[in-house]
Amino acid sequence: MTDLTSSDAVPAPRKGSLLTQDARTKQRNAKEARFRMMGLIAVTIGVLSLVGLLTSILASGLSSFQQTYVELEVYLDPAKLDKKGERNLTDIAKVSTFGYAPLIEAAMISAIERTGVTSDVANAKAAGELISKEAPATLRDFVLANPDLIGETVQFDLLAAGRIDGFFKGRVTMESAALDRNVSPEQLQLAQQLKEAGILTTKFNWAFFTAPDASDTRPEAAGLGVAIIGSAYMMLIVLVLSLPLGVAASIYLEEFAPKNRWTDLIEVNISNLAAVPSIVFGILGLAIFINMVGLPQSAPVVGGLVLTLMTLPTIIIATRAALKSVPPSIRDAALGVGASKMQAIFHHVLPLAMPGILTGAIIGLAQALGETAPLLLIGMVAFVREYPAGPPEGFFDPAAALPVQVYNWTQRGDPAFVERASGAIIVLLVFLVIMNIAAILLRRRFERRW
Amino acid sequence: MLFKSTVSALALTALAAGTAAARDNIQIAGSSTVLPYAAIVAEAFGENFDFPTPVVESGGSGAGRKKLCEGVGENTIDIANSSSRIKQSDIDLCASNGVTEIMEVRIGYDGIVFASDINGPAYAFSPADWHAALAAQVAKDGALADNTNKVWSDVRADLPGDEILAFVPGTKHGTREVFDEKVIIAGCEENGTFELHMAANGGDKKAAEKACMALRTDGVSIDIDGDYTETLARVDANKNGIGVFGLSFYQNNTDKLQVATMGGVEPSVESIASGEYPVSRPLFFYVKNAHLDVIPGMQEYIEFFVSDEIAGPDGPLAAYGLVSDPELAKTQEMVANRVPMGVLN
Repeated sequence: MTDLTSSDAVPAPRKGSLLTQDARTKQRNAKEARFRMMGLIAVTIGVLSLVGLLTSILASGLSSFQQTYVELEVYLDPAKLDKKGERNLTDIAKVSTFGYAPLIEAAMISAIERTGVTSDVANAKAAGELISKEAPATLRDFVLANPDLIGETVQFDLLAAGRIDGFFKGRVTMESAALDRNVSPEQLQLAQQLKEAGILTTKFNWAFFTAPDASDTRPEAAGLGVAIIGSAYMMLIVLVLSLPLGVAASIYLEEFAPKNRWTDLIEVNISNLAAVPSIVFGILGLAIFINMVGLPQSAPVVGGLVLTLMTLPTIIIATRAALKSVPPSIRDAALGVGASKMQAIFHHVLPLAMPGILTGAIIGLAQALGETAPLLLIGMVAFVREYPAGPPEGFFDPAAALPVQVYNWTQRGDPAFVERASGAIIVLLVFLVIMNIAAILLRRRFERRW
Repeated sequence: MLFKSTVSALALTALAAGTAAARDNIQIAGSSTVLPYAAIVAEAFGENFDFPTPVVESGGSGAGRKKLCEGVGENTIDIANSSSRIKQSDIDLCASNGVTEIMEVRIGYDGIVFASDINGPAYAFSPADWHAALAAQVAKDGALADNTNKVWSDVRADLPGDEILAFVPGTKHGTREVFDEKVIIAGCEENGTFELHMAANGGDKKAAEKACMALRTDGVSIDIDGDYTETLARVDANKNGIGVFGLSFYQNNTDKLQVATMGGVEPSVESIASGEYPVSRPLFFYVKNAHLDVIPGMQEYIEFFVSDEIAGPDGPLAAYGLVSDPELAKTQEMVANRVPMGVLN
């Protein structure tokens, strides 16, 4: 046995108790406390700004999911709608929406008389202004679909005008109406009385999700229908193109490609592309897809292609990371029992990498869903009221997209569109949250640990 | 890179092969000032005709005209909205791309108004006041001097003593041209600065006008490159600020803004129609005649646009703030006969 006490490399024994901190320890502990504090402050600032953003959006946007309707019994006057009385569709179609406005005004007056409301609203025109300018179109479509009902009295649920709707949502007040040339306090009072009489009702606004965009004179009718379809079409194109392309490219680069200058160059370029500002892809899309290939403007197909180019690098990078994280022992074991390289990858590596790949793909899609800048250049910032046809023809029809619709509505003159724009942001956020939750769930569900 | 472009080229050929047949909707692009009117008409057109609702894009007058002039064919637009008249350079570009017949349709007039916060003081301006407040150089004791006016009462004693702060449209806007021409240059001539600039530039009228249009750069005049909603937000944040708006935008926000008179006239559809209110401009759209028989519903759309029930004084466009054209009947006749525009005068 050797004597251990003879070593002279042992540091000088510590003086004093371990329980009392010396200056250095105090300093180190203070440093740590400061760092924790800074971290906490950083998180608080982040959370506070998120809360601020969300509250401001929710406060101005939640009301767009409610809408005021007017229940009216409209007499479909044959003298106005079908002068010849032959119920001939081409004759009936000659009456434009301008011809339907008097019917609505008359119905409004009779409704006011029926409920016994006394009002200072001067005339039938002013009473008719309580109802959206969309209403004549609703009526006309109904009559053209049911010409045999001309001459009868039909119950309609018509949209209330934007300012009236705004009154019940608190956006328009008696004071602002006094200054507003589009609505008068008397009209608001009448609306209040009609609401008490049950003629005006506030309902959940399903039309916000299904109706197309509307012009500046009728914000109450504007909806996200076309934008949601357009965004869905684009996401479909992005998914179908970028997932197989991205995964194939990454598998080749990660597993098969020789390591040389060319693959290095490709790798650098992919990382670069992921950081290129998205508007550049829009310029590319305009130059190549529209001007050279001759694809139509404002069409989801061009938007989808541009967003595919934008999403590909994200998916490739995520897929390569997922493939890399599969331990080599899996590959070695597969190869060891005689599998070919391709079998080893497709039977063993790829399934294990799938959660990572799907997460990357979903996050890439979510990014593409919220992208506006490239779409500005390819004509998606447009007033589109026609629903695109079903796929695949519909890919070539003009459509809008959710983020672009937000951009569009914030530029409108009527303040009611602020509410619509915030509502659209909420819808977009909900879609994004759903996609991100799906990504997390997939990861949780299929995650393997080694 | 190489790999990617091959991949996208492949995707492209696959898609191009399946490109849909003839376009059946009208495509319109151009001025954001005309956009709301075009959207109103497009909406009513879609409701009342069996044709699909036209697609209306914004992007600016100049951009719209350039797009119109890209050539003839389904991938080019049919109509360009414009808040200023077409330029000779556009016509030349059109001609070089085979777009030879363009129809110029004047839809009405748009007023440009000066509005401030509803709770602030009321203003009664003349163009000379605006020039004296915003120009880089003003006349002082018979000579040109740098503009040092700080409050409106420095400009003219009977204006309120509030700080000068103006939000004017940026140079890319068609509205700015009208503002420069009808307010700044007119004011420059009115308050005598023009003659001083003429003398300083040796009698060169163009140079003198240019000197008149030079605005202060000390933060008193702020260019707004966005749209009127941005101007409104800026006025909202700076209660002293006076913004330049379109009449229709002001009419939709009368609960937040009060309008200033110009030369003693309050802007309204009537005062602009009669020509009393000085700051207004015509609005146009330009039609590619070669597309008229190719795109279904195009002729109907144009005729519908200028019909009395739409563009007339009682129509929805006038209700939204467009000043209807007293010569509408002439335009209707021209549109029916598809008369292309002649040489620009």
